[in-house]
Order: sequence, then structure tokens, then C-alpha cells
Amino acid sequence: MTPMLEVADLRHTYGSGPTAHTAVQNLKFEVAAGELACIVGPSGCGKSTLLRCIAGLIKPSEGTVSLHGDKIDRTPEDLAVVFQDYSRSLFPWLSVRGNVEFPLRSRGVARAERRKRAEEALEWVGLSGAGAKYPWQLSGGMQQRVSIARALACQPSLLLMDEPFASVDAQTRFELEDLLLRVRHEHESTVLLVTHDIDESVYLGDRVLVLSKSPASIVADLTVDLPAQRDQITTRESKNFVALRSEVARLLHNQPAAEPEPVVRPASSAAEDEAAAQRFLEAEREQTRQTSR
Amino acid sequence: MIRFFRGLVGIVIILALWQLGSFTGLFPQTYIPPPTTVIPRMFELFGPAFNVADTSSTSSHFVSDLVATMLTWLLALLIAIGIAVPAGLILGSVPSVRVATRVIIEFLRPIPSVAIIPLIIVMLGSGVETKITLAVYAAIWPILFNTIYALDEIDPLLLDTARSFGLGKARTMFTVGLPHAAPFIFTGVRLASAVVLIVVISVEYLAGGVIGIGKFTLDWASGSGRQDVILAVTILAGVIGYLLDGGFLKLQRVLFKWNTVEAGK
Repeated sequence: MTPMLEVADLRHTYGSGPTAHTAVQNLKFEVAAGELACIVGPSGCGKSTLLRCIAGLIKPSEGTVSLHGDKIDRTPEDLAVVFQDYSRSLFPWLSVRGNVEFPLRSRGVARAERRKRAEEALEWVGLSGAGAKYPWQLSGGMQQRVSIARALACQPSLLLMDEPFASVDAQTRFELEDLLLRVRHEHESTVLLVTHDIDESVYLGDRVLVLSKSPASIVADLTVDLPAQRDQITTRESKNFVALRSEVARLLHNQPAAEPEPVVRPASSAAEDEAAAQRFLEAEREQTRQTSR
Repeated sequence: MIRFFRGLVGIVIILALWQLGSFTGLFPQTYIPPPTTVIPRMFELFGPAFNVADTSSTSSHFVSDLVATMLTWLLALLIAIGIAVPAGLILGSVPSVRVATRVIIEFLRPIPSVAIIPLIIVMLGSGVETKITLAVYAAIWPILFNTIYALDEIDPLLLDTARSFGLGKARTMFTVGLPHAAPFIFTGVRLASAVVLIVVISVEYLAGGVIGIGKFTLDWASGSGRQDVILAVTILAGVIGYLLDGGFLKLQRVLFKWNTVEAGK
């Protein structure tokens, strides 16, 4: 059986020449259908780069990403991403329902069907009845629920989550983690979740992939041997959980320090153009500010 | 309500000083008649005295002049929106086009509309096309630049979100770029509205040959030297500009509630 997601020999380097910065290299892993895999790595190790390569948002320098056997070279239709920053990824001019319907609209789903699927998705995340509200009228946790509903409404074969619970308070975080576990069991979704939180990766995952420091590659692929039904208190107390989280922590902390990488992103010619355009705009803006006074 | 009256304090003081100046003889009444003469004249502009059904002189019908000016205002504003918004969307989302057009835009932008009146008259004559062209020229800039800046300030994560759902560039521009930019564009239109009114009346005054309140003022200034009528029209133009701006502001608050709430956080 082909795995849902297959990442083969992935490498991505920003820029070229002496200032080039390799964010990820030698990445190779698979995610089976119905699995929830967590990727955990030190901050700045290239987790986001990996996720963006999988989402088709950037083209990797080398290697391939395949979704149920098809190579990804642009953003695939049956994939949805939940970003960390819900407040910046929801469209403020659209109501909650409008946000959830947004991806369906661009996929040409008929109006009635769209409405139905949006209502369903909002119900899954416990927000039925909030459809007519606007994102700014909701709390942070509720906004992230909207993003999750929006992703689920697409019925994606792969749900990508980029540190989805990193910007909410601890209590909300537990709620959202359990919400994710419930929803994925109900819908047998395949989820790839990136996080820097060790406990979260063990609590949520069927598998935990541990990344090295930059340039990131996989140092361990651990199967989480915990019952499918998890509980914020008892699971976190269990021997298996404690042992696993210690193992992940050790893997993360005992890595030999990588050579310091220059953080400066080298400018390709396109980036130079962009920078020039930015400077030009800044000057213009300044001028307008002065004249409008 | 209290705020409304506070807003009137400034204007009441000015009117009082003006009246005092006329009363004490500081302002010669022939050149600057007192507000007690000018303000009633402003209402008389709509009455029979200034609206003679005589077609031989254009200066005899104020209401049709006013309608002509306002229609020109509307038309020029609509044309400017029709040009500036699409152009701004393209310039704002395609950096290479922006860099390529940068010199020409920076060259054209500082040229005052009034300075190209002779050129436009030679090209288009002194009809209504001239004032529309000049007003459109002046109105394009605030709308164009507000559109471009709005697209610059768009959160890259919003664009990534759209892309991650498989939207192409053009579709993203219309479903994400345009709604994001809409409040900024609207502000541009509001600024342009004042500019258009100024340019239309100026061109009517300077180029002549067309009907409009600028021409009306010119006729009353050159023939009779009726300073009271001229000042009445001037104040009325100010009132119209003020009301238009207020209307735009109200509309903006209603249309872009999401944006004002965001900004108010």
C-alpha cells in the first residue's frame, strides 16, 4: 500500500554561494493513512521549511514529496494547512462561515453544499451557531478552532499543522489538543503536526519524528505506545508517556552542536528586486506622509 | 450632539471676526461683504434671482451650474477609480511592473493638474472633456498609491493561506488582495473626492467655455464684481466638500467595520 505521504531525500537550501543556508537535508519519512505523526525539533531547525515544502508553498532544492503516490509540485487540492498564527491566517473581512467556506468556494463547491459542509465543520469543532460572527469577535482559542474547521471542511487527505497550539494559553491548549484527537478519530484523518513542544508531540502523536538542529534531518522515529484514548491527566502521568518524553528530550538535547549557520538570507536576483521595490516604496510612503500633512 | 456643537465653535469664531472686521471698516465692504450679506446670498443662489430661465447667458442659472459641476465630479471620480484600482492591483502585486513604471510615475505625479491645462485645451478643446481629464489625472494618484500600499502591507500569511488552499495568483488578488485593500482604497477615494472638486471648479474658472459653478463665479467676478455672490459660491463649495467627506467617512465606518475594529485593538 502506498503511504499517504512520502518524503524522499528532501533538501532545501536558501540562496546560493558562500552565504547559502541549508534548512533541511536528507529528510526521508512516510506517513501512513489515518496516522497522526508529530515532528518535533529545536526551534529554528527548519521545521517550517519542511512543512512549507510539503504544502507546496516552496519548491525544495532537492528530493520529492508525494501525496498518495502523486508528486507534489504545486499546492495539492486535498491538503489543508493550519498555521500557528490564527489571527493572521483568518480573513478578517469574512464571517466565520465565510472563512470556512473560503477554500470550498475556490474549489467550485455549490452554494448549498458549501453551507452544509461549513456548518458541519463548525459543529465538529464546537462552534455551531458562531457562523455569523467575525473572527475579531472570538477569543484566540475559538479563532484557532475556526482555522481547524476551515481545514476540515476541505476534507483533506492530509492535514498539516504548523505549531497550531503554540499561541494559545495552556488551558485552551489542552482543550484544542483533545479536540484534535477527537476529530481525527471521528474522521480518520491523516495529520502531520509540527511542534517544538515535546509533551505535546508525545501526547498527540501515533509517531514522533525527532529532528536534528539545523540543517534538520531525522534523528529518530519513535512509535508512541499509548492507548488511542488519551487523557490530559492520566496519560501524562503514565509510565510510557514519561519514558517517551524523556527519550525525546534526550534526543533533542544531546545532539552535537551544529556549526553556526549564517542566518542572513542571501539575496537572489529576485530578492534584490524585491528589496529595491521595498526601499522605493518606503521612500514614496515617506513622501506621501509629508505632503499629506 | 455636544461634539457637534463643539465642532462649530471654530466656525462661529471666524464668522464673528469676519463680521467684526466688516463692522469696524477693517475689511472694505465692497471687497469683503460681511457674513450677514454673504450667507443669505448663499441660499438665494437656489432662488429665482440666480436661476433665470434665460439661455443666452450661462451665468444666469446657478442650479444647472451646480448640477453640472457635481455630475462632472461624480464622473471624474468614477473614471479615476476605474483606472487607478486595477492599475494599483497590478503594480502592487507584480514587482517587476512596478520597478519598470517607477520613473514615469514619479515623473508624472508631481505635475499639478492646473499646469497641464494649456496642453489639455490644445488637445481636447475647452469642453467638458477637459475638466474631466484634468480631474481624473489629479484623482488617480491618491487612489493608486493607497491601493499599492495596501497590497504591500498585506500579511504574507494571508497569501500563504490562500495558496495553501490551491488558489492561483489572479484569484488570490481578487479574493484576498482586493478585500484587504478595500478600506485603504476607500480612503484614497475619499481624498480624491476633495481633489476632484477643487480641480473641476478651478478648471471651470480658468479654462471657461463650460458650465459649472467655477464658470458661474468667473462670470459674476468679471462683469459685475459682485463679491457677495462670489463669496457665497466659495462658501457653498466648501460646505459641499465638507458634506461629501463626512458622507464618505460614515460610509467607510459602515462598510469596513472589520477594519476599524482591527485598527482599534
